[in-house]
Amino acid sequence: MSDPALAAFEVIRQHLIDPEICIRCNTCEETCPVDAITHDARNYVVDPAKCNSCNACIAPCPTGSIDNWRRVDKRKAYSTDEQFGWDSLPPQHEMDAGVVPDLPIDVARITAEATSGQGGAAVPPWSAAHPYTNIYTVQKPAVATVSGNFRLTADGASSDIRHLVLDFGGAAFPVLEGQTIGVIPPGLDATGRPHHVRLYSVASPREGERPRYNNLALTIKRVTEDHQRNPVAGVASNYLCDLAKGAEVNVVGPYGTTFLIPNHPASSLLMVCTGTGSAPMRAMTERRRRRIALNEGGGLMLFFGARTPDELPYFGPLQKLPKEFIDINFAFSRAPGEPKRYVQDRIRERGADVVRFLDDQDCYVYICGLKDMEHGVDQAFRDACRAHGADWDQLLPELRSQGRYHVETY
Amino acid sequence: MNIDYSEKIPNNVNLAANRTLQRALEHWQPEFLQWWGEVGPEGTRNVDVYLRTAVSAEPKGWANFGYVKMQDYRWGIFLAPAEAGRQVNFGVHKGEPAWQEVPGEYRSNLRRLIVTQGDTEPASVEQQQHLGLTCPSLYDLRNLIQVNVEEGRHLWAMVYLLHAHFGRDGREEAEALLQRRSGDADNPRILGAFNEPTPDWLSFFMFTFFTDRDGKYQLCSLAESGFDPLARTCRFMLTEEAHHMFVGESGVGRVVQRSCEAMVANRTDDPAKLRALGVIDLPTIQRYLNLHFSVTMDLFGSDVSSNAATFYATGLKGRFDETKIGDDHQLNGAMYPVLEVRDGRLVTAEAPALNALNEKLRDDYIRDATAGIDRWNKIIEKQGLPQRLKAPHKAFHRRIGPLAAANIDPDGNVVSAAEWAANVSRWLPSETDRAFVASLMGRVVETGRYANWIAPPARGVDNQSVDFEYVRFN
Repeated sequence: MSDPALAAFEVIRQHLIDPEICIRCNTCEETCPVDAITHDARNYVVDPAKCNSCNACIAPCPTGSIDNWRRVDKRKAYSTDEQFGWDSLPPQHEMDAGVVPDLPIDVARITAEATSGQGGAAVPPWSAAHPYTNIYTVQKPAVATVSGNFRLTADGASSDIRHLVLDFGGAAFPVLEGQTIGVIPPGLDATGRPHHVRLYSVASPREGERPRYNNLALTIKRVTEDHQRNPVAGVASNYLCDLAKGAEVNVVGPYGTTFLIPNHPASSLLMVCTGTGSAPMRAMTERRRRRIALNEGGGLMLFFGARTPDELPYFGPLQKLPKEFIDINFAFSRAPGEPKRYVQDRIRERGADVVRFLDDQDCYVYICGLKDMEHGVDQAFRDACRAHGADWDQLLPELRSQGRYHVETY
Repeated sequence: MNIDYSEKIPNNVNLAANRTLQRALEHWQPEFLQWWGEVGPEGTRNVDVYLRTAVSAEPKGWANFGYVKMQDYRWGIFLAPAEAGRQVNFGVHKGEPAWQEVPGEYRSNLRRLIVTQGDTEPASVEQQQHLGLTCPSLYDLRNLIQVNVEEGRHLWAMVYLLHAHFGRDGREEAEALLQRRSGDADNPRILGAFNEPTPDWLSFFMFTFFTDRDGKYQLCSLAESGFDPLARTCRFMLTEEAHHMFVGESGVGRVVQRSCEAMVANRTDDPAKLRALGVIDLPTIQRYLNLHFSVTMDLFGSDVSSNAATFYATGLKGRFDETKIGDDHQLNGAMYPVLEVRDGRLVTAEAPALNALNEKLRDDYIRDATAGIDRWNKIIEKQGLPQRLKAPHKAFHRRIGPLAAANIDPDGNVVSAAEWAANVSRWLPSETDRAFVASLMGRVVETGRYANWIAPPARGVDNQSVDFEYVRFN
């Protein structure tokens, strides 16, 4: 957080009222528990400094004009004075850092949390392909068919991680490596509302798990306990893990406009992941593997952590990849008869090569996995830099501003 | 307090604690249901409608959306939450604690206010009885039914006050509310506008925009009342009334939108050509606007009124936004401008503000309605067209008060009877206009389809899409 400009950058969902639909009935102003809504002779407006997004005003509004949101840089939120002058809502501006379409609230919330480790919204690599986003909404999801559901972890392993292949039939669902899709579990939650959207990284490259078929793969871990190790059955993961071939799934998205791979020749990827955080890494690696014959240059380096080799998804296929194609570094924290090793330990051990990657203008860094790893990985990069004559505090802002540092943790 | 829909009469007024009142209302309930069956929205008995139902009077409970079987629909009694320590905020009793019971000396005036307000609610249901047969879409049919069930609930709200606070007189008035009929020669509704027919959807949208907005202003004034049960009842009714004005504003807006699209696509503003294309020309829309605006002007009552002065002075009916006005709230010595005809011209005269309260409320209303008309003009402007809609002068086509004696054109000029007769078809809908609009009224009930003369809405109800199945026929 050494760059003050980046540190101050915070994306908010600003609540706005559509003056073209609003009938100025005063219901929202009457309802608002924090007096964030006010009006003049022309418009009803929401004060961004007061609104706490409690949504008490949404249902009582007779028109639907109340339910409008713009993602804006917090420092440039529309003031009430600006809003008083409007005849119609402004378009969603592409923000200075990163293009963020108007996402469903669940997706926006999850994305904001997942990317906080990179210091707010990032920019994509300059050579990334343009992503499609938000094609399918909660109101109009795509319906995919399960064309395969395979267990990736060994039968005796304590975690059940699965490789799920979804087929979209005749529906367009274009994705890029690093993008996520949302799944809506069927039925209602305990409060009688439809379930929230769950996000999953796509684990297959852009042409699909099986090229020229309209499909994609996901890596799903069956959730049986929460982050504090309390037993809990994950609604969406259990639903997905139990899906039989031929079952139909409601899918929204795709999402993600920055966690994307560079397309230019000689670009390198430095990937750090744990558990199912390997999904986007698999997509990226598979993209590059399929293009080996093109001799585009650029290296791949992967740090991959899990408790034991049994629990490591894609362990077998990964080991078969040629050493000159990808430099793989496993870290097992619970391997029998071995000391605990974490990805940050492996990063420090490989410090010289890591710094060589980081110093390369064509190298792009991707971190994906549990939230806990963020700080450790940051420290490991800092240590590696110190040990090999580089300055992490100077490097990190550069990486960020050039779209070369991407974090997705959960 | 949540509302228990398993009770015979859902309510948040603890009806079960007052057995006498509960029995009296349970006696009235079947009569109400019979009335609804006779004059409620035609052909809707067996449908499921995606309605908004209140499950509590707190903000979080106002708006619960879901399919409701019309034959099981239950009307209830809801008052807005009580405000601790509320006072009478205007008139000679200003500063006294608000009344929880009817003060004996104001009994007949309060009853009259409640009956007059209550009478408009069933009246509009009666006026709109046949519109379901010519709805332009399922979305609009749903809105019509929502408006109707809420008018029905507003009747319940007033009947509750009559039963709970006015004894036998109140019960008799409650019966009479079900006996009068809109437009009936022998036993009509109390106010003129509520005896006019609402024969087509353009009239319905104009009615909900203009006439229901009068309802909003009357309810706002009554929500200021020193009689606390009336204030709380009206405050909750206002949350529902907003939907009616939305139906009107967006309805007319969508008609205007469609007409403008046809004007642009066909490069014409010729009413005959536009009518041949099956859309409603803007001059016709203007004439409907003139009619409904002027009929609604009369609903505010006589420009100078001693009744209005009495209702205010005694703390029964306040001004719009009374507590937000920074004056003495007693109007001592204050004056207010009113219109009169002198030497063949309209001139402004000063009247005591206390007597001119109807005029003040009318002016507040005009500001609100004019802003809505301006929003329709934005739709026309957006299409790049120069035409504009306009509110007629408030003295135009009046039937109540001293201005009723004169003929006044939409621009506020006093004209002769001959001039009036020669021009009235340019100012108000003619039989030909009405016949043309009626000719467009075919029923559209295919999911997602909209009649040709009206644009689909910008947004669906409760964030559903515009082609959602808002009504299911069983």
